[in-house]
Amino acid sequence: MTSPAHISIEGLTRSFPAPDRESDPVTVFKDVWFKIEKGEFVCLIGHSGCGKTTLLNILAGLDHATGGAVIVDGEAVDSPSLDRAVVFQSHALMPWMSAIGNIWFAVKSRWPRWSRDQIREHCQKYIDLVRLTGSENKKQAQLSGGMKQRVGIARAMAIEPKIMLLDEPFSALDALTRGSLQDELLSVCRETGQTVFMITHDVDEALLLADKIVLMTNGPEAVISEIVVNTMPRDRTRHDMHRHAHYYPLRNHLIDFLVERATRRREEIAARADYDPSKPDIMKPGLTAPRETSADEGAETKPTVMAS
Amino acid sequence: MPLALYTIKDSNTSSVFVIFICSIWPMLINTAFGVASVRREWLNVAKTLEVSHLRTAFHVILPAAAPTIMTGMRISIGIAWLVIVAAEMLVGGTGIGYFVWNEWNNLSITNVIAAIFFIGLIGMLLDQVLAWISKFVSYAE
Repeated sequence: MTSPAHISIEGLTRSFPAPDRESDPVTVFKDVWFKIEKGEFVCLIGHSGCGKTTLLNILAGLDHATGGAVIVDGEAVDSPSLDRAVVFQSHALMPWMSAIGNIWFAVKSRWPRWSRDQIREHCQKYIDLVRLTGSENKKQAQLSGGMKQRVGIARAMAIEPKIMLLDEPFSALDALTRGSLQDELLSVCRETGQTVFMITHDVDEALLLADKIVLMTNGPEAVISEIVVNTMPRDRTRHDMHRHAHYYPLRNHLIDFLVERATRRREEIAARADYDPSKPDIMKPGLTAPRETSADEGAETKPTVMAS
Repeated sequence: MPLALYTIKDSNTSSVFVIFICSIWPMLINTAFGVASVRREWLNVAKTLEVSHLRTAFHVILPAAAPTIMTGMRISIGIAWLVIVAAEMLVGGTGIGYFVWNEWNNLSITNVIAAIFFIGLIGMLLDQVLAWISKFVSYAE
């Protein structure tokens, strides 16, 4: 009997009533099941329109699911909570507050009885953690995009949540800033053992940061296609990750999925009579043998499929 | 104004009432507009931080809507000043409006023009004071 997962998404479905009252409701995704263990970093990848942000909003409590439940530590949750901190795609900082002011607001919401000095010390700790020392009193207009997102991340971490939910946090940034922020997020999460759920489009980002990558088929009526386990060692870095033997099989698998299989998988899964949505396929493409070069040019390397 | 005088029966109170009725609308509409235009994501941040409704109102909605509210107040004060002068002309007894009307009756055009100049100056000053206050609540996005 395995211990219950830290966070369990069970059978989540989200539909919207059709714009014209006659046709059927539009289902964005249905029957989504997966688990997030404590200390894990889980990424969700899928094309636009498959309901990733909707799923994250439901996890955060900002939206209601039409069916299914989100179970955190054994209890079903429905509303927003300080236990589930969100980092929005567009930082969502309050422009009338300085950087430290934004974090102060969050810390004060979490621990209203703390003294000013306690709060200031706590905020400073997280400002230092995201390497913004010296920019505490700057207002939003004086911060660059990367700095603003760092404040957003510091604000989410400062309330010491059970899980951090990140909605494509780096997609609005340039490639160089994205790289350095990924490194920082990785080191901070390793240091603190924070549980994280992140939505991303970037395959390399997912391979660098995530322990498990959940793949969703295309919407509407998107479902979980499979869960890919990142078998690379936990101390990987952006600089040498691509030299690891598992990197390319993993990357190829993800890209194949996005380019080609995302549409096909839904029909494939629907056609399987014994498919149980609560047990999505778990794949470990990193463990397959590397492909021969010219001998079997057309042959497809089958990933190892393990039902959980 | 006559209806106010008839019901309230006190000239000062009815002038205040008329000034209030005329100048409240821009402030009211702008405040409603400002509050309705608070960005959804700031409200979502407050929700995810489990902030109480009262605290959200004072720490998120009010600062966010403050520039729009101040603009409404600037417009309202201009209208209020106009109506003050007009009400004083009608009710009489005190004020620059009464002075203008009185000097008109004395056929002293110089005084009338001087009074008009001061009415304009005070109106401008009021607007500038509120503009200066607005600077403290404005923010760059």
